[in-house]
Amino acid sequence: MSQPQSSKPRKPLSVFARLASGIRRPAKIHDFHGGIHPPEMKHLSNGTPIVPGPLPQQLVLPLNMHIGAPAKPLVAPGDKVLKGQMIAEPIGAVSAAIHAPTSGTVSAIGPRPIQHPSGMDAVCIVIDTDGEDQWVEHQGIADYTDKSPAELVDLIRHAGIAGMGGAGFPTSIKVNLGDHQRVEQLLINAVECEPYITADDRLMRERAEQIVTGIHILQYLLNPRRTLIGIEDNKPEAISAIKRACKGCDIEVRVVPTKYPSGGEKQLIQLLTGKEVASGQLPAQVGVVCQNVGTAYAIKRAVCDGEPLVSRVTTLTGDGVSQPGNYEVLLGTPVRDLLAHGNLAGLDIGRLVMGGPMMGFTLHNPGVPVVKTTNCIIAASPEELPEPPPEQPCIRCGSCAEVCPANLLPQQLYWHAKNDDLEKAQHHNLMDCIECGACAYVCPSHIPLVQYYRYAKGEVRQQAADQVKADKARQRFEARQARIEQEQAEKEARRQARLEANRKKKEAGPAAASTVDVAALKQASLDASKAYKAAVKAAKTAEAEGADNLAELKAEADRLKALADKAKAAVRDAKDGAPVAAAPAEDTVAKLKKQVGDASSAYKAAVKAAKAAEAEGADNVAELKAQADTLKASADALKAELREAKANAPAATAPVAQTDPVAELKKQVGDASSAYKSAVKAAKQAEEEGADNAAELRAEADKLKAAADQLKMELRDAKANAPAAPPPSAPAPTTIEQPDPVAALKKQVGDASMAYKAAVKAAKQADEEGADNATDLHSKAGELKAIADQLKAELRDAKAAAPPTPKAAPAATATTDSPAVPEEQAPQSLAEVDPEQAAKRQKRLKGLKTAYNMAHKQYKEAHAAYERAERNETASADELQAMQVKIDKLKAKADNARDALDALVEEAKADIRAHTGKDLKTLKLEAARAESALADKQQELEQQRSSASEDTLEALSSELQALESETQIARKALKQAVEEQGLAE
Amino acid sequence: MSLITSTSPHATVKNNTGAFMRQVIYATLPGLAVLTWQFGWGSVINVLWAVIVALVSEALFLKARGRNIAFYLKDYSAVVTAVLLGLALPPTAPWWLTLIGVSFAIIVAKQLYGGLGMNPFNPAMVGYVLLLISFPVAMTQWLAPGEPLSFVQSWQLFTGQLPVDGLSGATPLDTFRTAHSAGAASEGELASHSILHGQFAGLGWEWVNLAFLLGGLYLISRKIITWHIPVGFLAGLGLPALLAWLIDPVRFADPLFQLFSGGAMLGAFFIATDPVSAATSRMGRLIYALLIGLLIWVIRTFGGYPDAVAFSVLLLNLSAPFIDYYTQPRTYGHKSSKRGVS
Amino acid sequence: MTAVLIAVAALLALAAVFGAVLGFASEKFKVEGDPIVEQIDSLLPQTQCGQCGHPGCRPYAEAIAEGEDHNRCPPGGQDTVVALSELLGREELTLDNEGAEDANVAKVAYIREDECIGCTKCIQACPVDAIVGAAKLMHTVIVDECTGCDLCVEPCPVDCIDMLEVKPTLQTWGWHRPAGIGERPDSRIEVVNL
Repeated sequence: MSQPQSSKPRKPLSVFARLASGIRRPAKIHDFHGGIHPPEMKHLSNGTPIVPGPLPQQLVLPLNMHIGAPAKPLVAPGDKVLKGQMIAEPIGAVSAAIHAPTSGTVSAIGPRPIQHPSGMDAVCIVIDTDGEDQWVEHQGIADYTDKSPAELVDLIRHAGIAGMGGAGFPTSIKVNLGDHQRVEQLLINAVECEPYITADDRLMRERAEQIVTGIHILQYLLNPRRTLIGIEDNKPEAISAIKRACKGCDIEVRVVPTKYPSGGEKQLIQLLTGKEVASGQLPAQVGVVCQNVGTAYAIKRAVCDGEPLVSRVTTLTGDGVSQPGNYEVLLGTPVRDLLAHGNLAGLDIGRLVMGGPMMGFTLHNPGVPVVKTTNCIIAASPEELPEPPPEQPCIRCGSCAEVCPANLLPQQLYWHAKNDDLEKAQHHNLMDCIECGACAYVCPSHIPLVQYYRYAKGEVRQQAADQVKADKARQRFEARQARIEQEQAEKEARRQARLEANRKKKEAGPAAASTVDVAALKQASLDASKAYKAAVKAAKTAEAEGADNLAELKAEADRLKALADKAKAAVRDAKDGAPVAAAPAEDTVAKLKKQVGDASSAYKAAVKAAKAAEAEGADNVAELKAQADTLKASADALKAELREAKANAPAATAPVAQTDPVAELKKQVGDASSAYKSAVKAAKQAEEEGADNAAELRAEADKLKAAADQLKMELRDAKANAPAAPPPSAPAPTTIEQPDPVAALKKQVGDASMAYKAAVKAAKQADEEGADNATDLHSKAGELKAIADQLKAELRDAKAAAPPTPKAAPAATATTDSPAVPEEQAPQSLAEVDPEQAAKRQKRLKGLKTAYNMAHKQYKEAHAAYERAERNETASADELQAMQVKIDKLKAKADNARDALDALVEEAKADIRAHTGKDLKTLKLEAARAESALADKQQELEQQRSSASEDTLEALSSELQALESETQIARKALKQAVEEQGLAE
Repeated sequence: MSLITSTSPHATVKNNTGAFMRQVIYATLPGLAVLTWQFGWGSVINVLWAVIVALVSEALFLKARGRNIAFYLKDYSAVVTAVLLGLALPPTAPWWLTLIGVSFAIIVAKQLYGGLGMNPFNPAMVGYVLLLISFPVAMTQWLAPGEPLSFVQSWQLFTGQLPVDGLSGATPLDTFRTAHSAGAASEGELASHSILHGQFAGLGWEWVNLAFLLGGLYLISRKIITWHIPVGFLAGLGLPALLAWLIDPVRFADPLFQLFSGGAMLGAFFIATDPVSAATSRMGRLIYALLIGLLIWVIRTFGGYPDAVAFSVLLLNLSAPFIDYYTQPRTYGHKSSKRGVS
Repeated sequence: MTAVLIAVAALLALAAVFGAVLGFASEKFKVEGDPIVEQIDSLLPQTQCGQCGHPGCRPYAEAIAEGEDHNRCPPGGQDTVVALSELLGREELTLDNEGAEDANVAKVAYIREDECIGCTKCIQACPVDAIVGAAKLMHTVIVDECTGCDLCVEPCPVDCIDMLEVKPTLQTWGWHRPAGIGERPDSRIEVVNL
């Protein structure tokens, strides 16, 4: 009862204290939901003072020790660096510098394993240490209040300081808030709630004064209303040390109960201030800034001592090391060296964890370096952190929900993550999970819950990224479409202008009168064909709808067709009667071409309809096919007509015209073969469906094939017969004229071998399908081969006979140096190749090629036979084996030949490069460009054919012809260059 | 040397699901002992037989599903189902009754839904209700409390050699119900039924329920279950009983009688707490259990069955997703809890 | 008789009133639904690859809206087919992906630049303008814009375009899904020279 008395004199003081505490509300520790109490295991390492870490032979410094953009190296391999010298500078806002942790030589900048759970490599600066640990010149700031906050922020940024607690967020960002953001509370996180880790604990016990200085610098930068340090009650020595150091200043030390994860930023904020950081927001948005004690210490070192962040205190612990404790480790020290320094206990290490046991990650490689965020290395024996048991079914016991600090429903998140139901997982606030691992810690079914959440989060992010990418792709696609349309419109406008000009010119000419009547006829013809087309369309729709009056409609269409034909004939007649001018003659041909086009498109449509009907098993298939055949016949007839017309067209029209029959024939061949192909496809389909008419279709296909072959033959002939006139755009280059017969022959050879190849292919296909006519096709292929070979022989002869003109007349080519045909320069420069050597190589190449072709063919045939046998199960296993051996042998042979060929080709290519100003690539490029332009033009013409007026067509076809000739020249130059070297395919 | 690579956390509790389930089994032992003391060996035989049936049917079905039998049997969930059903069955139950009930519970109510963790209904209660509906007579024949049968008698009942009719008696709940079904019973009439007046609740059954309460408290102390469901359950049953009894003590049974009769405590601590089929969040579980208790009181008082734990639990199992829908907890950093997801 | 007439008249009047109300309401509260083409387009993966036979995703969306089969999008995979089936209430078809079985692997085009002849054909083929370059100059793919549709591979005259699998980087790496019930969630790696 003496107490009241003794307290009496103190009363005024206590009133004062009460007043003071009225200004500051009494310290209240709030609580957060959940949390766990895992075994602390801190006694392993908190008993001994911090000692310096090893000085390893090599330091590995990842450019990304922090969150944000990797730093940019300032050194190169071979550079000498001193301790504290900046070796990589921050790039962008969120980044931090890197300094050499000791003196030495940069030995490499390249990928090394880094601190990442994936075990992947990233770019690191590797320093070979020299053992001298020599500092670069540095100086601290005596009184930091002399500097402006902006200067200090810059200093911190260039001292490379990033959050030392684990996340590694660059500190310069966190201490550089805008003026509009008032910092209510500055929280210093000294909780260190994870088991095992004692780095902050020891740091506070031993360097409390320096930490408090660092906190003062932070206060100067942020000017917070209050500054709180949160420390868990399991570190009494640290608490008293810090309290001592804080005496007399406005820093409040708050002791929080031991509970994991009270060191989580959001949890600490809730513990100390009762505030919650809204989902997706930063603590700064509720007026709170959190900094780790280690960071405060690093700031003090950087500002007051001028020492950038080159080392950190790291706890080395676990049963695997015999000297657990805290080490001041140079950044970049490989974990392997640190473990050796801490004396590996000779135990079997079960896992190597960087960070704490709750949120750290296992290392794949002991060569991973200690970085700015590495607060702990656990070398755990298999008994200490045992292998996780197998996952058991979730019984929804709810233990996880009890401990979740974010108050989530982990069992529901697990369920949705497991089923990839990301939407529902997000609805359950998956993204608010802090991955603290409390749920997985308590789970009696040992479900790796955190991994499920990380997986689901990764998927969510991936999906978001994919969505962004898809949206961008869509935008780009739409922009491109718009651009193309605009270009088309511009082109159209230009063409119109050109046409206008043409027409004016023509009107001035004398032929105006005679064209009138032709124009009228044309109109009539156009109308007629329009009607016909409409009828065909109607018939098609009717067909599609299975209407009754199909036959009627078709008859109508036919009638209209006849009418259209008549009209066209009239036009033709009229034109024939018209004065034999260049343009009208062209007209006829163009007209005919159009007709041919119409006819063949009608035919194609018919074929398509027939196919569709077939697919639907309609009754009128046969009818439709017959129809298609008639159409085909009429198309053929028209084509023949076209040929004739072209042949009859006055030879004087233009030199270009001469190339026309050939081109036309080519087109026919193309049509024919595409018809054949579609027929084959139809047949195949029919076969697959087991239709009755498969055989019929197949026969049809064969017929078409024959027709195509014939056309090809014709094409060859036509080409052979084509006058060896000089190409139109080359005025008089004798150099080009002479190699022409050879070129023609070459072309023929090419065509022939193509035909042969196609035949072989067809035969193979037939083989594969077990068709009856496979042998026929094979024999046909043989025939074609013979033809091709013969042609080749001819070509050889011709070449031998032809004088090597291009080489003999370099002067002549020089005169053709017009801008239109720069390509001729290529063959000219080729002339410098040693002709003898080239010829020799050519011969060898040819031989090799033949050998290869033979071998390859044999191989293919053998293979086909093997497959056939296998499929039909006609051969025994032994036979199959024998066949397989044979195939292998042939394959090897073919491969050998191919290799030799390739080697030779390479040699030749090198020669071309050596001897020509332009290399082969350039030539190829020119040819390819010309060809693509030609193809474009052709396509355009094709498009315009049905819609545009005659004049447009005319203009287009003349453009086309010009392009064709250009292409030919380019092609020829390329070919010549290639063939000089014997590189022809 | 090889290193483990795995996701954090690297440390976990030593506990596992099997251990959880074993704790539940241990916690039923007091109840089983009192049942044996009051009614003889019937319950012990029932429980053992049920366990055998459960393990065999679970193993067979796991084999049919191509699962690892040993791995799944080690979680003891089938044993728990069997023990609970064995305890709920009358000690007079013949072998075939248990066989049907347990195999149906394991195969249909659990495995057909995908096994442990996937079943929407409490398997033991599904088996119980099946038997109650199919064999109402056999399921409602209990023995008179305090007159335990010898092991031989129990065995003969189990094998069907002894007719049950001569031995069976009514339970307190049954007696109370019968007294009222004839019309409004008088106080005197109720007093004449000695079975209604034990030390503090129905004769004999008070001890059974007290034993299950003890087991349940053990479970809570071991953090196997949380308090939410038992408290909700008992409040849901006891509060309306108290209210009604205050209004009319003759017409309605007193709350202690309600809480310590029939399957009340077994239901509150062992059956409603089955986490798989219960609601998810804490608030949800409280509501879930309150409604179970309320439903039991309603059915006991106004319905056609003397006891109603099984029906109430199944009905609320059915509503658990609906309860979950409205009882999401508020996540840290969010203004309010979300609705509309299950 | 008059009673019947009155009843009929009353019913007719009621019908007229309610009809008017309903008609007014349907106009007044008309929901401007997302046009179906937009919805389909948003489900398509927007690779603009043309493997469906249409020049881009939007045209295909239009075609689907007009009744074309919705299973012709290999980059979208079966998931897209299912989603489209749900949206359209059509039968669930199986994906029609001849020769594109590895469609789920993200790919990106890569031009072997020393072989490129600068023909601009791939530039013309690219539906999203993800290839830059000029005639006779080397071309290159903007990796971020490339949708991996492989439309540029075919036109290249010198076959210098490869479709490379997109490898995970540190930024895109993510934890894989655990193996599931009955499996251990960890793996072991051999480490020498600890």
